[in-house]
Amino acid sequence: MFDLFRGFRAVFFKETLHVRRDPSTLFFSLVIPLLQMVVLGFGIDTNIRQVNTVVFNADGRRESRELIDRLRNSDTFHIRRYVQNDRDLNDEIIAGRARVGIKIPVDYSDRLLHQTGAKVLVLIDGSDSSVAGQAINVTTAIGLDESLRRVLPDRSTMAVEMRPTVLFNPDSRSPNFFLPGLTAVLLLNVTTFLTAFSIVREKERGTLEQLFATPVRPLGLLLGKLLPYLVIGFTELCAIVTFMRFVFQVPIHGNVLLLGLFSLPYLFVSLSIGILVSSKANSQSEAIQLAFLTFLPSIFFSGYIFPRETMPKFFYILSYFVPASYYINITRGIILRGAGLAQLWLDALALFAIGSFLLVVAARRFQKKVIMA
Amino acid sequence: MALATQSNGVAISAEHLVRRFGQVTAVNDVSFQVQRGEIFGFLGPNGSGKTTVIKMLTGLLPLTSGEAHVEGLDVRTDPEAVRQNIGYMSQRFSLYDDLTVTENLQFYGRIYGLPPDRLKRRMDEIIQLNSLEPYLNRLAAQLSGGWKQRLALGCAMLHEPKLLFLDEPTAGIDPVARRQLWDLLFELSGHGITFFVTTHYMDEAERCSHVAYIYYGRLIADGTPNSLRELPDVQPHGTMRIEITTPEVTRALRFARQLPGIRSATIFGQSIHALVEEHFDLNDLREQLLKNGITVGEIRPLAPSLEDVFVELTYKHQAETEAVRV
Repeated sequence: MFDLFRGFRAVFFKETLHVRRDPSTLFFSLVIPLLQMVVLGFGIDTNIRQVNTVVFNADGRRESRELIDRLRNSDTFHIRRYVQNDRDLNDEIIAGRARVGIKIPVDYSDRLLHQTGAKVLVLIDGSDSSVAGQAINVTTAIGLDESLRRVLPDRSTMAVEMRPTVLFNPDSRSPNFFLPGLTAVLLLNVTTFLTAFSIVREKERGTLEQLFATPVRPLGLLLGKLLPYLVIGFTELCAIVTFMRFVFQVPIHGNVLLLGLFSLPYLFVSLSIGILVSSKANSQSEAIQLAFLTFLPSIFFSGYIFPRETMPKFFYILSYFVPASYYINITRGIILRGAGLAQLWLDALALFAIGSFLLVVAARRFQKKVIMA
Repeated sequence: MALATQSNGVAISAEHLVRRFGQVTAVNDVSFQVQRGEIFGFLGPNGSGKTTVIKMLTGLLPLTSGEAHVEGLDVRTDPEAVRQNIGYMSQRFSLYDDLTVTENLQFYGRIYGLPPDRLKRRMDEIIQLNSLEPYLNRLAAQLSGGWKQRLALGCAMLHEPKLLFLDEPTAGIDPVARRQLWDLLFELSGHGITFFVTTHYMDEAERCSHVAYIYYGRLIADGTPNSLRELPDVQPHGTMRIEITTPEVTRALRFARQLPGIRSATIFGQSIHALVEEHFDLNDLREQLLKNGITVGEIRPLAPSLEDVFVELTYKHQAETEAVRV
């Protein structure tokens, strides 16, 4: 067993020297992700609010103005402009200055009065599906509410009342939803790049060729290279979690130690991806290209932005092969839902299995493509 | 094991080495032996299979067929032990630029698993031998080519290998450093260390105690420099080599090539090397050149250089392969 990992200590020690010699790498790997976190954490709000709206109020009487106030008070719509004809209403939407156009016809108040069914036209720009969905929901709800209010006698109770209760993130705060997922992407980013670079650099310099002529074994070499970056990745994780808790005030409902423990297999996976990348890439720019190839699936198929359950079958199955899927389940589980070992051990195990598999594949590829090339 | 190598004194024995990459045969039936303490010069044009042979001998590349023993160890069954017993210095003095001289040495010492006290002793010896003392805390990146090469050699020797592979050890370093390196190699080979050296410099090949020339996967010369010079293919029976010194080499060459009795002629700096019939009259040649208005310095018989040897053998090999194809 010892023999299989021969050279591990020497490589590990040397690698930490490289890291110490090059503080800029350390800076970029620790500080840049925190900056990204700040930008995304403060800058992105996944709740649809204050959608730019243009209104053509052909009626103009009190009832129509009340309707407009209700729309405005919903917080979903921000009324940018009032126009006086249909053409301007259309133009505003086509030009992208408004996503929603509302036209109240000239007979709105009259029809309300005579109870002949008032109609309001709502034009919605479908280019962003989540905005469109929200606009449909809110306008329909307001319409329904207005109708009921007119039909029912005052203070009577509804026959059926739904009482939605949002667990874990009651205020629907975006950082709470966003940051645990972002952790997965940031860690992947840092660790994959660092390992890939550290190996590709040795390829470029020719030191790898030199190393192969020594008794060092591939696994010893790879693990020696991997471990220092595992430490950096873990430090990064601690910084991210601290930031998340104290800067963004995301409450952590579960056990932080468990989060640390279950992050190890994920770090192991992303480091192994880095090694795999480096076994293919011959220069640092090639390594960047290849590493990006692994990022996009981690962002789009992991449930980080889009829920996995709504994906077409093929991509849903694909998402099971994306390590970030498991890790995002772990981070959201522990941080938001207070989940523990009992609920998440399978995800951790899956990550560990993927990591071991990747490392063995990477070591074999190394043997074949790099040493014997 | 150690006994076996000492008794027969063979450091490397390669028998019918073959390596194919798909359809391409990179190394084709190559056999040679290197004795202990030899400086073995391994020459050949780029892409002719030199690096492939080194990789096979260091156990990095499996043999398609044939067998090889290095320091008595079978490279097919015991590649790790082979690598523990050899030193290797790659073409580009592959050091870690951002580590100091000391750190580079320490790293390779650990890689070879030297215990701390032995590592310390060996580092002192290596530093002494290569005069690295003043540079210990300098980053490898700040060393000049010659010093980098000394450090790289030091790294390859830390674990006291009895056999060192040096892949173009003098490429890109200045002449003084080159001379010093060779002096060091001679000194070490005097202590029984064997060197396997690849080079493009013919003057370095002349200094080796044993040279081999590989041409597109085939070994076409193998022996001491002197024995190669006397090969019948190089020095055909009834011929001799001469050197004609003249300031007008191009005109002289054109003229000489059409003379009967001159088999071949090439320019070497300010002189012409020619292969001529044994009974060729040198005085007559001088007169003919002068008659044509070509100033002539000295004309004298010449032993073939190794370059001559390799050129002749390459021609012969090409002719043979052509013949086989037809």
